[in-house]
Amino acid sequence: MAKYIIRRLLSLIPTMFIIITLSFFLIRVAPGGPFSGEKGLPEQVQQNLLKKYHMDEPLFRQYLRYFGDVLIGNFGPSLRYKESSVNELIAQGFPNSIILGTVALALATFAGICVGILSALKQNRWQDYSAMSLAVIGISVPLFVIGPVLQLVFAMNLKWLPVSGWIFSRAGLKTLILPALTLAFPYFAYIARLSRASILEVLRSDYVRTARSKGLSEGIVIRRHVLKGALLPIVSYLGPAFAGIITGSIVVESIFFIPGIGKIFVQSALNRDYPLIMGEVIVYSLFLVTMNFLVDVLYGFLDPRIAYK
Amino acid sequence: MKKALFLFLALAAVVSLGAQDFIMSNGAEPTLDPTLMTDVASTNVGIGLFEGLMAYDPKTNLGTPGVAESYKVSPDGLKVTFILRKTATWSDGTRVTAKDFVYAMKRILDPATGAEYAYMPAMVIKGAQEFNEGKGGFEDVGIKAINDTTVEYSLTGAAPYFADMTAHSAFWPVPQSAVEKYGTDWTKPGNILTNGPYLLKEWKPQEYVLLEKNAKYWDQKNVKIKSIKIYASDNDSTNYNMYKNGEVDWMHGIALSKIDEIKLRKDYQTSAQVGTYYYCFNVTRKPVDDVRVRKALAAAIDKKTLVDKVTKGGQIPTDSWVPPMAGYVPQKGIGFNPEEAKKLLAAAGYPGGKDFPTLTIVYNTNEGHKAIAEYIQQQWKNNLGIDVTLQNMEFKTFLDLRGKAHDFTIARHGWIGDYLDPNTMLDLFMTGSGNNDGLYADPEYDKLIENARLAKGAARMKILQQADAMYLTRDQGMIPIYHYANQDLIDTTKWGGWYATPLGFHSFKYMFKK
Repeated sequence: MAKYIIRRLLSLIPTMFIIITLSFFLIRVAPGGPFSGEKGLPEQVQQNLLKKYHMDEPLFRQYLRYFGDVLIGNFGPSLRYKESSVNELIAQGFPNSIILGTVALALATFAGICVGILSALKQNRWQDYSAMSLAVIGISVPLFVIGPVLQLVFAMNLKWLPVSGWIFSRAGLKTLILPALTLAFPYFAYIARLSRASILEVLRSDYVRTARSKGLSEGIVIRRHVLKGALLPIVSYLGPAFAGIITGSIVVESIFFIPGIGKIFVQSALNRDYPLIMGEVIVYSLFLVTMNFLVDVLYGFLDPRIAYK
Repeated sequence: MKKALFLFLALAAVVSLGAQDFIMSNGAEPTLDPTLMTDVASTNVGIGLFEGLMAYDPKTNLGTPGVAESYKVSPDGLKVTFILRKTATWSDGTRVTAKDFVYAMKRILDPATGAEYAYMPAMVIKGAQEFNEGKGGFEDVGIKAINDTTVEYSLTGAAPYFADMTAHSAFWPVPQSAVEKYGTDWTKPGNILTNGPYLLKEWKPQEYVLLEKNAKYWDQKNVKIKSIKIYASDNDSTNYNMYKNGEVDWMHGIALSKIDEIKLRKDYQTSAQVGTYYYCFNVTRKPVDDVRVRKALAAAIDKKTLVDKVTKGGQIPTDSWVPPMAGYVPQKGIGFNPEEAKKLLAAAGYPGGKDFPTLTIVYNTNEGHKAIAEYIQQQWKNNLGIDVTLQNMEFKTFLDLRGKAHDFTIARHGWIGDYLDPNTMLDLFMTGSGNNDGLYADPEYDKLIENARLAKGAARMKILQQADAMYLTRDQGMIPIYHYANQDLIDTTKWGGWYATPLGFHSFKYMFKK
């Protein structure tokens, strides 16, 4: 096991190297630059800017310089948010994205599993149909529709919650409810469907039949035997889902005006803010590969059929 | 019970003390360093924090005394001397002196700073261009602190707009002590020193900026609003929802998708802006290298209907490039006249649009630009019988194509003036100018603009008008479509001191609750 973990950890190094190198050159291929705008800048001002950010040097030299900086954990200055470094912007935004993602995923998992159990136990009855219809809506309706609709109903009409804002404002934790609900919706839908299918499968298995034939009450059968087996696919889904929910919160962050890193990621690409794009790409990829790695390791503990060599 | 009630009331009082008096939705994350500011969102916040020698008048946006209590222009117009008020201080109580202005000028012009708006002082102050290009020393730049309260500028020409120009962020003072002590972190709360009506209380990046009245500001007794919260959200729907919900008092900028609903509101404010939306010809390309074709295309667009039915946001349809300005008569290109358009096109060798090559209108992806391009495509089809295709592209890609490669025949364009003078519009089309994307080149035009720099008063305006007529009336170097409009949502029955202004700048200093 320890050997496996070390091997996996070492394999992160070439992965990250390839990601950094490819992204660095790819974003430079895109037409346009960070200093172009509707108002063009005079030549001398452009030159001054290029010089300031070492962008007047040959590209490969810039790459070496950047790579050296990254090795010591310095992502450089942002070209758009001129008073902040990329490290600062990520340090400010990432925790907010994590908070939002964690709450949303917890909500999605809890509600998804409950609805999944209900659906499976009441298979092909109205409870099942209505729950699965809700799941289809969750999967098919985009976030930029769900978000504004929730805003309209709960903030504008009922006035229960603020339209937008973040938890450190005066409105406090109330600001978390609508964005977390919005972000959780598609994940809830997927988890509900996944747990329904998986519970149905386990319900038909021999060991459940044995448990029932022993005369155990239905509650104990579900809790002790069914759930334990049925939840495995959900756990394996949660790793990538967590990475996905953090990196995919861009739309929600924009609608609810949350100072996460999703929003500045999109902006950085549109602004050609090269250091910021790179910084975010590195953080996102590190996060993704770490999540995948954790899930792989977790498998070993949860599923006795998997052995690591 | 009474005790509890008292406690509750006391707590409520404390909480309400902390509440913001005025909340604004600004549309973008600002930059708070005056030297590095480039956009409206930053200026909106900056006007609260800093003050130049002159400040923006709340109604006209012309200069009104700020840190300077008076100024003097030499008879030849080449020297402008400002006298600073002795009561002007930084927020730590130290005096704002002439040296602060010299320091700020040195900082913005220094090539190592890489300040984008360095071009503004470089345009008017003697020796500034050379210093910014790294060719000259700062000692040759035309700014001198005669003593603590006197600063003198030497100009490249008699620029009558110079004093007004000093209200712009590129001319604001910067506190040397804070910059040297904290480096790029000097604008962070706790580090920053400001000399405007407000202090920086809090700055949550990507969220909001909180300003609080500056008790050390020289004119603080006239500052009414105690604290101002400025949101940075760029999501139009969310901003509008917040405004409707009463969470925001002033919303700046309105998306086309919301305009039908918003323009019916009583608190919708619109005013003509010093800027023009236009269709830019690459005058070196066929068939628009022929002035008759350019005029035919211009005469075939009904701009009034475009503004009434398509853009709908209070824009002003125009045949002029220079927006209306005091003392200046904007010259006109050809107006809407389908018959004349047909004749011109026939004279150019394309009777009834026959054999006319298929043109492409290029624009950056945006619902507004798209709607306009579709309308113009239709107009040209109906009025000239010609086919035009549309091509949209991502903004930065579009900018490269238009401004660097000049690889277009007709492209959408727009320009907003930096100051209230026709020169801000007209020097754009000088040969080789960085924003002359259509590659218009006429030595005679260049000479007129140069001559205007040295002239004064009405004679100067006349020269500029001549240049304007040459470029537009004679050559139809572009198709002016409309003058931009500032669009804001603010209930002026509730808030006083806010006026729809030509440059779109609003000083919090003058605002008050009615």
